[in-house]
Amino acid sequence: MNVPEKMKYTSEHEWVAVEGSIATIGITEYAQGELGDLIYIKLPDVDDQITQKESFGTVEAVKAASDLYAPVSGVVTEVNQVLADQPELVNKDPFGAGWMIKVQMSNAAELNSLLSPDDYKALIG
Amino acid sequence: MDIKKTALYSVHLELGAKMAPFAGYWMPIQYAGILQEHRCVRTQVGLFDVSHMGEFIVRGKNALDFLQKITINDVSKLQVNQVQYTAMCYENGGIVDDLLVYRFDDYYMMVVNAANVEKDWNWAKSHLLDDVVLQNQSDQFSLLALQGPFSRDLLQQATSLPLDDLAFYWSMSGVVADVPMIVSRTGYTGELGYELCFAPEHTEKIWHTLMAIGEPYKIEPIGLGARDTLRLEMKYCLYGNDIDATTHPLEAGLGWITKLDKPDFIGKAAILQAKNQGLTRKLVGFMVKGKAFPRHGYELYRGPQKIGFVTSGTFSPMLEKGIGMGYVESEFSNIGSTIEIDIRGKRESAEIVKTPFYQHK
Repeated sequence: MNVPEKMKYTSEHEWVAVEGSIATIGITEYAQGELGDLIYIKLPDVDDQITQKESFGTVEAVKAASDLYAPVSGVVTEVNQVLADQPELVNKDPFGAGWMIKVQMSNAAELNSLLSPDDYKALIG
Repeated sequence: MDIKKTALYSVHLELGAKMAPFAGYWMPIQYAGILQEHRCVRTQVGLFDVSHMGEFIVRGKNALDFLQKITINDVSKLQVNQVQYTAMCYENGGIVDDLLVYRFDDYYMMVVNAANVEKDWNWAKSHLLDDVVLQNQSDQFSLLALQGPFSRDLLQQATSLPLDDLAFYWSMSGVVADVPMIVSRTGYTGELGYELCFAPEHTEKIWHTLMAIGEPYKIEPIGLGARDTLRLEMKYCLYGNDIDATTHPLEAGLGWITKLDKPDFIGKAAILQAKNQGLTRKLVGFMVKGKAFPRHGYELYRGPQKIGFVTSGTFSPMLEKGIGMGYVESEFSNIGSTIEIDIRGKRESAEIVKTPFYQHK
């Protein structure tokens, strides 16, 4: 199972990649595998405020819907609009083309509460 | 409780299936993915392991009377080798299970839902008549479903049985790939298809033979995930979702298998009473207008008034819309009516539509 070294993770299977004060957020390869084929992804709008550990959207798979939980707090600066028509990008390339939102972090210290790649690997066994 | 394995357990693992416990068995939920598998069955052909289903054999001179008593369809209408969709009901009209009854030369076979094998067995045994021998042979049969527009051409290459003569809901006994079996033109997908019932020791051989012959037809293995979306597009009921002990067959749209004119059967009085009083609710099919997807348990509304609940829902891979089934109060159940679904706190508009949702072009 692919768990890129350069990212941090939540126990709810989101990943976050940080560049400066901007965090890019998506769901892991493990998560998309468990969900199965995604059919719709509901994301926040640009300028929306998101809060760590709270829901920022929903992924709908054929079988079930699941909430997305924010790994960090901040303001949404960019949304991957391509996912509106091609939710399957999250299945095909969860760490790349399947990214979901970019966030201007309001509290970089929150990153310390996230899982390292090794911790996340241990979590998913 | 130990989770059982079908004869194909290791084959599923080799194929990379996502396995999960279902009705006491490790079953394949999906292989390549539900959407691809679903479309494969609609346009090509797919092979399902449904060996978790239960099989009861009914013999003896009162076998017909026994089946007439415990099932709601008219078994006396069945000819040798014919198959019937039916249900068993409680005295109060609630449904014990839905099932298939096969009639053979000198015995009958009941094919019941995997999750209900034990309950059905106890129920049937408790209503047994003299001179009826009832055997639970669920572990003595494998059951494969071959479904899709190419299923006949494919299967014909493995058998000399005249499949062109096999009509919908009829069976033939014969040899497929050197293995004796019952072949019935039945299924849970709405496509041309067959179900193959045979001794478990031959399962891998049959599976591999059909997969090999199926290669030019682009056959794929199909898991329980696509089995569910396929049956939902047809509005076929799933026990435990759309029908259960709290629903009776008429409100579930199963009036066509409920033969109130046959001699007494368990549940008849209660069902008749419900019919005479008028149905208070009906199982309808609805299509969501926007990009939202109904799920089991969501509530249905008309304005401020709660009018029912969703029993099954999904994304329809063929229609690319949210579709669902649910019970709604009769006065709101007309085709063309607009209803609302509470989807995680947000109201989404849906229309009650004619079913099946999808029809093969």
